[in-house]
Amino acid sequence: MSVEINVTREVVTAYLGGEIDHHTAKEMRETIDNAVELNMPTLLVLDFKDVSFMDSSGIGLVMGRYRNLMKTGAELHIMGAPPNIYKMLKLAGIERLAKLEGR
Amino acid sequence: MQLKNKFTMTLIARSTNESFARACISAFASQLDPTIEEINDIKTAVSEAVTNCIVHAYKEKAIGKIYITAILNDNNSIKITIRDKGCGIENVAKAMEPLYTSIGGERAGLGFAVMESFMDNVKVKSVVGRGTTVTMLKKISPRISVNG
Repeated sequence: MSVEINVTREVVTAYLGGEIDHHTAKEMRETIDNAVELNMPTLLVLDFKDVSFMDSSGIGLVMGRYRNLMKTGAELHIMGAPPNIYKMLKLAGIERLAKLEGR
Repeated sequence: MQLKNKFTMTLIARSTNESFARACISAFASQLDPTIEEINDIKTAVSEAVTNCIVHAYKEKAIGKIYITAILNDNNSIKITIRDKGCGIENVAKAMEPLYTSIGGERAGLGFAVMESFMDNVKVKSVVGRGTTVTMLKKISPRISVNG
């Protein structure tokens, strides 16, 4: 599990890597939330390019970040999702909350 | 339908065991020569069921055990049973509704919906105060070998 944060102007991008489950989601959440609180972006990008596995804990992670961003009116984009991750995001209807782009 | 192979394992309900459980089952299921997508479906469903034991049955106290059995049948299917002796589910039908979660917060409430969507059959039996048993079946598509 890894999270790398990149900040440019009003955009925070979180590059997620490895496996996302209930165990790893907690640390990812803390890292992302810290970066958002610190930078107050108008857009948060979650990049799933290097995520190899994700269960519904990853959906919880996305939905939780969406709820937080709504408070400040910021947007959420999801990028680079490999086929298995994309399948899970579609199952949850995430495209109704965020702009969703596969790999 | 005859049994081809079987394995059982008992895990402590610790969240570090989520990845361990799905790695074990996916290694075992690979004997049926599944596609990458089929293996991923099985891994995801197992991850959901094991997480339910940890988060709901044992309330994240890292006590209690999770009992997993996987059976490979000669009709190229895998049957996985994941059992806990936790608090049990009062209303199974409600628990299985998509987006329903008893704890809210960071949980999406999609565990059972994912299991049902990714597996061919999912059965849930639960007794309050005694525990829950989830039984899942996945058929693995036969592959045509190069030699016919």
